[in-house]
Amino acid sequence: MRQSFYLSWQYLIFNRIKFGILVACVTLIAFMPLALHILLNESEQQLRARAVDTPLLLGRQGSALDLVMNSLYFDDEVPELITHRAVNDIENNGLAYAVPLYVRFEARGFPIIGTSLDYFQYRGLRLAQGRMLGLLGEAVIGAEVAKRLDIEPGNSLVSSPENLFDIAGIYPLKIKVVGVLKHSNSADDLGVFVDLKTAWVIQGLGHGHEDLEKTRDSSVILKREQGRVTANAKLTHYTEINQNNINSFHFHGDLSAYPLTALLVIPRDKKSGTLLRGRYIEDDRYQLIRPAEVVDGLMENIFRIKYVIDAVMIIVGLTTILAVILVFILSLRLRQSEISTMFRMGGSRMTLVQMLAAEILIIVMVSALLNMMLLTMVSQYSNELVRLLIF
Amino acid sequence: MQVNAEALEQTPLLDIQSLLFQYPRGSFQLKVPELKLSKGEKVAVIGPSGSGKTTLLNLIAGIYLPDHGSVQIDGQLISRLNDAARRDFRITRIGFVFQDFQLLDYLTIRDNILYPYRISRALKLDASVRQRVESLADNMGISDKLDRRIHSLSQGEKQRAAICRAMLTNPDLILADEATGNLDPDNKTHILDLLFQNVDQNDAGLLAVTHDHELLDRFDRVIDFNTFRSAS
Repeated sequence: MRQSFYLSWQYLIFNRIKFGILVACVTLIAFMPLALHILLNESEQQLRARAVDTPLLLGRQGSALDLVMNSLYFDDEVPELITHRAVNDIENNGLAYAVPLYVRFEARGFPIIGTSLDYFQYRGLRLAQGRMLGLLGEAVIGAEVAKRLDIEPGNSLVSSPENLFDIAGIYPLKIKVVGVLKHSNSADDLGVFVDLKTAWVIQGLGHGHEDLEKTRDSSVILKREQGRVTANAKLTHYTEINQNNINSFHFHGDLSAYPLTALLVIPRDKKSGTLLRGRYIEDDRYQLIRPAEVVDGLMENIFRIKYVIDAVMIIVGLTTILAVILVFILSLRLRQSEISTMFRMGGSRMTLVQMLAAEILIIVMVSALLNMMLLTMVSQYSNELVRLLIF
Repeated sequence: MQVNAEALEQTPLLDIQSLLFQYPRGSFQLKVPELKLSKGEKVAVIGPSGSGKTTLLNLIAGIYLPDHGSVQIDGQLISRLNDAARRDFRITRIGFVFQDFQLLDYLTIRDNILYPYRISRALKLDASVRQRVESLADNMGISDKLDRRIHSLSQGEKQRAAICRAMLTNPDLILADEATGNLDPDNKTHILDLLFQNVDQNDAGLLAVTHDHELLDRFDRVIDFNTFRSAS
């Protein structure tokens, strides 16, 4: 058998292209379903881990999946909005506390998450550099954001307009980065975290401008009456919040009517959670959902699709195996003269079978080795790959 | 042409008696009433294409079995051996030299020469065999080409490598099927010299199918397949 291996190896390295193609075919047949399996398991793990870590989520009635994907994974599909009043509604029950989320805007392709400091504590996020949010207009960014944009505390980020063609839209806001979070291997690594009020400023609900009482440019004044001054569109709005203008930033109207995308609801205990869910079950404005249930439903659908993909892979695999067999049969015909010489010299059919078996074994072994290397790489980077593909 | 009278007196290396062979569903029939070859004897077989020269070599080597009659090599009745024993007998006792060399392009010249040792368990590849490859190649003038592949060799060099392969097992009988057919006149003479030299060194017998009538006088005997009688 050793001699057959030697002859087969010599044949294969001489016919490198054929060898390479066969190895690639066999490698891919095994690699594709296995890699898919690893990535699906990793995605399930990542999706589920975050969903399980979030006991309840409150949002406007509508798509539960959109709500979960936006609130947990900062997907850009914005769910129907709720108001800040919902925070009080939840906390007045005494059954849970709520962490507000306003995930609607982006800065250089990364989601801006308007929230409170409770969010960092609840998710167990820690700083790698800089400090936590302190003032309006400040941001703490995820580790991946810092890495990909090469940003550190002291640098700035500018919010992206929601609609480039909205000429009456609000100005982008220059946000100062004050801290970078440690890697958490979650969607938080890809987030730009700001205070809720900063998010509202980005939306234009809060703003800062020159003091109309003190302005020297009379052309910006539309009218003055009974201590009220009305300005026209010429009034300069600040696009950056700094020490000099921070006191000019203000919000009009009732803050409790300001928008949020969701609330992370953390019940005091299991019973409180159940009671709370019961209270919202009939509510036609809000939905209080368990993200884990939504993610389970999503995974069920993904796995249903996986079964279809598996079936397709099996068919493709069988076709490839048939093609490989055909290559061997044609190769035998091409090697007819060699086989005839071998028989005439005194070689047996068994020698021929051994040579073919050795050839197949070498191809399978090289493919298996390649597969192991590729699958180790996929396993090694599955976390990043899944985050790249999903989030 | 001269008959080696001394050789004929010895027990024949090859002894064919009343041989009859017909391919299944074929009209061709080969009849060989008697053919003997002694050790050290060099016999040429001539005849037109399709007269059964290669079939005769295959019958002698035990690749085909005769319908009637017997083939004995060194006293061993070939048809009495089973398949495996016939193969082992062939690879250990018979050396084949082919017209188109039948060297393998994916092997080096060294590995081509060693090929019989790699396809049969009846032969054991060890250091002495490797040493013999060096020695044979040196004898044939191709020792500097042992690690090359066949595409870089001339026709003459390829045939020399093929002869080395046939001689490596120290066979008792060499069957050459148009061994000089693809060579130019100078190379034909040179290759035949080398073949004869190796046959003499090993005290083997040589049965060579050939179309080269100008080489016939170099052989001890010539068998004409047209009349199937030994010409002397």
